[in-house]
Amino acid sequence: MMFDDLRDLYQEVILDHGRKPRNFRRLEDADRTARGDNPMCGDRMELQLRLAPDGGIADAAFQGRGCAISMASASLMTETVKGKSEAQARALGARFRELAMTGACPACGADLAEEMERLTPLSGVHEFPSRVKCATLAWHTLNAALDGAKEASSE
Amino acid sequence: MTDGLHGVGGFDVHRIRQDFPILSQTVRGKPLVFLDSGASAQKPRPVIDAMVRCMEERYANVHRGAYFLSEAATEAYEAARSAVARFINAADDREVVFTRNSTEAMNLVAHSWGRGVMRPGQAVVTTEMEHHANLVPWQMLRDDNRDIALRICRATEAGELDLDHLAALLADGRVGLVAVTHMSNVLGTVTPAERIVAMAHAAGAKVLFDGSQAAVHRRVDVQAIGCDFYAFTGHKLYGPTGIGVLWSRLEQLERMPPFLGGGEMISMVTLERSEWAPPPAKFEAGTPAIVEAVGLHAAIDYVTAIGMPAIEAHERALVDHAMRRLTEIEGLTLLGRAQDRGGVFSFALDTAHAHDLSTLLDRAGIAVRAGRHCAEPLHARFGMEAGTCRASFGLYTTSAEVDYLAEALVKAREFFA
Repeated sequence: MMFDDLRDLYQEVILDHGRKPRNFRRLEDADRTARGDNPMCGDRMELQLRLAPDGGIADAAFQGRGCAISMASASLMTETVKGKSEAQARALGARFRELAMTGACPACGADLAEEMERLTPLSGVHEFPSRVKCATLAWHTLNAALDGAKEASSE
Repeated sequence: MTDGLHGVGGFDVHRIRQDFPILSQTVRGKPLVFLDSGASAQKPRPVIDAMVRCMEERYANVHRGAYFLSEAATEAYEAARSAVARFINAADDREVVFTRNSTEAMNLVAHSWGRGVMRPGQAVVTTEMEHHANLVPWQMLRDDNRDIALRICRATEAGELDLDHLAALLADGRVGLVAVTHMSNVLGTVTPAERIVAMAHAAGAKVLFDGSQAAVHRRVDVQAIGCDFYAFTGHKLYGPTGIGVLWSRLEQLERMPPFLGGGEMISMVTLERSEWAPPPAKFEAGTPAIVEAVGLHAAIDYVTAIGMPAIEAHERALVDHAMRRLTEIEGLTLLGRAQDRGGVFSFALDTAHAHDLSTLLDRAGIAVRAGRHCAEPLHARFGMEAGTCRASFGLYTTSAEVDYLAEALVKAREFFA
């Protein structure tokens, strides 16, 4: 069929998270809120974090609209960072961006291997330069939230 | 469908496609199906050759040197102006001002007419269906503390201009300028130009048309339309980027102050002051786009040789075919159902976001634009903030390509279902 080779990009797990994003809700007791925008595509999300007393991420949720890639990435991101320390969450973000841009992540074999495994279905995006920012928007927004900033953009 | 093989004036789309070198390539192993001509059209061999020849044989700066090459280049540049004047039936070559693109042409009017001629208390009317290029300059004029208001004419649910609303906006006689698209870059709607001009003139307002899309698909006769300003761009008309056109009547251009200052636009300069050159030079500061003007001339000769009526007939058949094929696709929402429309279709699928859809179509070799096409307010108007995909046709588009698009859309919908 016409689009068979696109199953690398749109793996079943991505289509599933794109259709039914997890943690797609409002956090009533959020400590941090940041908005992420891809002005060129109209992708937009609001990410909320509830922080634990030690500064770790106790809960993460998002709302917004966008393509399957951006919604799936935000969904997987919130699942992955829940229960992580701030340093771990930032490290995951840095590795994910490398994965999205190059398709590989040499540092991923070390710690957090299981978490990175969960994110690898999105690695196919590196073959689509115009779509990388769809996958990274959620992680830019996470950094903004952790920085205490209100806005993020992956343009 | 025969792709107009036996259409008006012997229009043979397969022969025409051979004039466009880029169309013969494959993308990701599939034949290129280029459906983004509304953003920028591909270039035929005569345009490419004319520009190369200009640089190889006849290039120097224009209007400056008293030597053979400069005179030859000046002659070629001014010949391009004459070709544009004939193309839009301008009364005088001097009514054709070369700009960088339509955007610059409309900014020129906003600056020189809006700030130089319009009076405090007057208003500009633009519409909900404009490209940002015909909205943002007027917002900037409104915000320039000159007491010039901005009024926005609504579009109907069908994607046509709401002429009753236009009449209401014109009623108080305070409108100085109506700035409106001649063909929507999102909806494909062709606006009733003569009627708009009659309404505006009766209310004492001038009319500017953004002809970026229309000039490619229809014969434009500025005298028959009766408008006051007409803007279009070279790169959508199978010519090069970097050259556009503002047409206005000579007496109007004479009344307007310059836009940019510099060389070429002056008649006399001292350290204290300067006097302006007559139009069109008054509006062409600095070294112009010489090679691009030559390319635009070649593009105009190219479409004129094929014949605008033949191009229009071919595209009309394509539009009818596309309407049939697209509207039968389940789950597809098409923006705009104007009676009079050209080959621009913006649509969304219920199961797929515009960007996912364009990535899929790209895999099938189909180039469409995804997003809001520089018309965010219009997408908001139709509740399509997330954007649409847009397929836009050129004179080289075939009905087989439309069929292939329709087939791909059905499969894309299944892919995401």
